[in-house]
Amino acid sequence: MSVREVAVEAYREALPALGASLLGGLLAGVVLGGMRAELRAVPGLLVLVPALLATRGNVYGSLGARIATALHQGFIEPRVTEADRRLYAAVAAALGNGILASLFAATMAFLVLTLLGWDVAGLATLLGIALVAGLLSGIVLTAVVVTVVFAGYRRGYNPDTLVGPVVTTTGDVFGILFLLVAVRTVLFVGGVV
Amino acid sequence: MLPVLLALTLVEIGSGLVLGGFEGSLLQYPSLLVLVPVTIGTAGNLGSILAARLSTSFHLGTLSFSPRDDELLGNALATVALAVSVFPVIGVGAWLLTTLLGETQLAVSTVLLVSLTSGICLAVLAVVVTLVATYAAYRFELDPDDVVLPVVTNTCDVLGVLVLFGAVQVFV
Repeated sequence: MSVREVAVEAYREALPALGASLLGGLLAGVVLGGMRAELRAVPGLLVLVPALLATRGNVYGSLGARIATALHQGFIEPRVTEADRRLYAAVAAALGNGILASLFAATMAFLVLTLLGWDVAGLATLLGIALVAGLLSGIVLTAVVVTVVFAGYRRGYNPDTLVGPVVTTTGDVFGILFLLVAVRTVLFVGGVV
Repeated sequence: MLPVLLALTLVEIGSGLVLGGFEGSLLQYPSLLVLVPVTIGTAGNLGSILAARLSTSFHLGTLSFSPRDDELLGNALATVALAVSVFPVIGVGAWLLTTLLGETQLAVSTVLLVSLTSGICLAVLAVVVTLVATYAAYRFELDPDDVVLPVVTNTCDVLGVLVLFGAVQVFV
């Protein structure tokens, strides 16, 4: 193929997935834009945002890829009702990794900001936010990834090409949305206690 | 999985620090804050799409690391073309959404300029990072599918924040 043909094919194949994740990213941005009060109330929260979003993509993208591979190899059936221990183990590992990485991000952000002498919220506040956000977004993303990969596979789509765009799009939106829920919850509990 | 995940998390904290460094401008102009997730995400996507395609060509044996290779040039060109078509939509979209919420303070041209400039820089950087990572995987005989994708996605995340920071410094 000539350079032009390669370029046109690559462009056509990528545009739909890029467009879908663009919509998700803008939605996530609107929620983040509406979170300015919370970002001011919890100094250091903005520093956590890229790490939390990337964790969602890394962990649940890998979960989706694992499920897709297991489907291709015939190790699991594409039905939630017939889910076996293999699927439960993969989901449990993903949730565990996601929450651990979120807690690690909160601890590191707190340490680095304290060392730099920047204004930062208490460690307990950041850990609480990371835990609630990691747990809630993990549950929803697992459900989305499993459902989309199974449904896509049953309808004859290659789950490998579905996972990437689905995880980046829903990961951004739910990642930020549950971050907002987590901040409000932790600030509310902190205010009551 | 966990050690790699924690290492990538550290890298992302680095990009978080850059965001923290211009938190003032971001909180003052909500249009810019709206740009953050979508710019990071699109940069990562441009890199990962290119990495996946190069990795497939590499496995099929149709890729050679020559500056005159058709696959290489065509894919690099497509990445820049995708950025040029997508980032104006991102800029205008971010401005429009902030305006609908009645919070905008920046002119649409400023947001468009920030977004398009960041996009073109990021496309070029994504091409460079992906080529270097794919070539390194080839030299060290690693499977590009395992190594290149996470490295490229997370590097592009960090570069996304850095380039956005630079564009905001220049244009806002």
